[in-house]
Amino acid sequence: MWVLGISAYYHDSAAALVHDGRVVAAAQEERFSRKKHDSRFPQHAIEYCLGAAGIDMATVDHVAFYDKPFLKFERLLETHLAFAPRGFRSFRMAMPVWLREKLFQRKLIGDALRRYAPKFDQEQLLFAEHHQSHAASAFFPSPFEEAVVLTMDGVGEWATTSVAIGRGNTLNIEREIHFPHSIGLLYSAFTYYTGFKVNSGEYKVMGLAPYGEPKYAGLLRDHLIDIRDDGSFCLNIDYFNYCTGLTMTNERFDALFGGPPRAPEEPLTQRHMDLAASIQAVTEEVMLRLTRALRRDTGMENLCLAGGVALNCVANGKILRDGHYRNLWVQPAAGDAGGALGAALAAYHGLLGGARQVAADGDAMSGSYLGPEFAQDDVERRLNARQARYVVLSRTDMLDTVAGALAAGKAVGWFQGRMEFGPRALGGRSILGDARSPEMQRTLNLKVKYRESFRPFAPSILREDVADWFELDGDSPYMLLVADVVAARRRAMSAEEQALFGIDKLNVPRSDIPAVTHVDYSARVQTVHEDTNPLYHALLKRFKALTGCPVIVNTSFNVRGEPIVGTPEDAFRCFMGTDLDVLAIGNCVLYKEQQDPALKLDYKEAFELD
Amino acid sequence: MLSLFREFWRFLRVRKKYWLLPILVVMALLGGLLVLAHGSAVAPFIYTLF
Repeated sequence: MWVLGISAYYHDSAAALVHDGRVVAAAQEERFSRKKHDSRFPQHAIEYCLGAAGIDMATVDHVAFYDKPFLKFERLLETHLAFAPRGFRSFRMAMPVWLREKLFQRKLIGDALRRYAPKFDQEQLLFAEHHQSHAASAFFPSPFEEAVVLTMDGVGEWATTSVAIGRGNTLNIEREIHFPHSIGLLYSAFTYYTGFKVNSGEYKVMGLAPYGEPKYAGLLRDHLIDIRDDGSFCLNIDYFNYCTGLTMTNERFDALFGGPPRAPEEPLTQRHMDLAASIQAVTEEVMLRLTRALRRDTGMENLCLAGGVALNCVANGKILRDGHYRNLWVQPAAGDAGGALGAALAAYHGLLGGARQVAADGDAMSGSYLGPEFAQDDVERRLNARQARYVVLSRTDMLDTVAGALAAGKAVGWFQGRMEFGPRALGGRSILGDARSPEMQRTLNLKVKYRESFRPFAPSILREDVADWFELDGDSPYMLLVADVVAARRRAMSAEEQALFGIDKLNVPRSDIPAVTHVDYSARVQTVHEDTNPLYHALLKRFKALTGCPVIVNTSFNVRGEPIVGTPEDAFRCFMGTDLDVLAIGNCVLYKEQQDPALKLDYKEAFELD
Repeated sequence: MLSLFREFWRFLRVRKKYWLLPILVVMALLGGLLVLAHGSAVAPFIYTLF
């Protein structure tokens, strides 16, 4: 049985295809449309999924949408009613969208699908609740027969946090916390207040937190959030404006934290770093209390996480180290794009009763390499069309060349195999660098990625070597766990260095792998596994043979504000628009100095800042 | 359009939220006016609205 999952119309639209419960293909629309967080109907992603499976739409048995629009509309109405007459402006702005489009989603989706399969029956279209989709995406592909599933995000229909119990092919939601009480929205409120974009800047707040002290955590607990022993919580809505307003926070919030929100691109100060540290500390407290209570209540030793908050890899790392669970598994596409996959799996196992086979060796995500790939001759044809100059090497020579370039301090674009599903690049569409280089962090941030210099990079490390370099002895294939660099690899900072302010501290080498070591010695680790990505694994092995170090910098292949590259053409364009030195696509290797200078692009301003 | 109303009615029955019905009718009328009054259906980017 074929089930196609779709997420669309809000943000991060995506499609995922499941065959008899097995994940065949999944991709986010933005990678094809080149529009970040594209929310339009995922026609390109659907076409890719069907093409990858070699089927057409008429073969698909069911299509599952990741969200229930009427329930969301109910929330919208009740919320505005509760706050009336306040919020009329936002109501007035939201209503036309709902009355014209969103209420007609069943018809809209049906019509769109009938373009591919004229006989598509409306009855084939199923809807899963938002958190049910997240929970399904976290449990069904996990390596567990049974698990407690925790999903946390901004908001779905009503739920903002939910707890489900998964056993075999069943998944039942047991508890929920409802809007407006939302840990995701609380985090987003601080994202907004510290001057970053809601729904994409949360990652930056997390990256900024280690520079600060959680000085405001007490204020947060006293005024904004009441956290109970079991981790359930209640927000004081008086300080927020998101229920019916057009901003996240209000004047009372400003007064409480001593000033207006930071304007985008305004310089960051220690205060912003302390605010980031404070919201991070409170979020971790909520997550730890919740997970501890769930262990106590359910007795289960496996935990699955999904929802946007599950992308908070610092908190995930703390949950793992907290030791209440034997195993933790986080869905790599934990955000709304992953809802497409969850909806398909929820439909297959939940509504249609499909059996579930737990993978004997690891999870069912295939390393999250579920996106498009390009054959060697196709890559060459595409590069030729762009007048790219390249050499074609044997696989072994390509690996030796790239490992050598990395060891020589070059920034390398790495485009190999299937594209990743989820927000992280995992060695399929990555920019790589030498983690030992003290300059690499600054170089990649400012000359390649064109992004804020405070943001640290993540390391990829051979799975078999992870315990030698990080305080982690388990799998972290999806870069969703943060762990500290082991003490033996750290470099103590002098009193003078210790006194440095905020971001200047980042430039002080703090370990043998400074490019991936944050100011608190933490790192967002990706373990590389031979069975899921043998080519990337082989590259790391060669790099280790050359340098003695099994760690490299791995950041997504894009610039700030740009969706991760999807095709060889995208990769070449990004290569020519940045200071990348080398690009490896399949067995083709491109050197910057050999390219026609006329093909260089002004890429810095090409994308709207995120 | 008729199928939408039918579906909405089923939704209200399942959710036992009949009290929303008069509000919905008024809002549909009001909303209809707003749609007619404004050309664009562009929404602000505060995703809790959607």
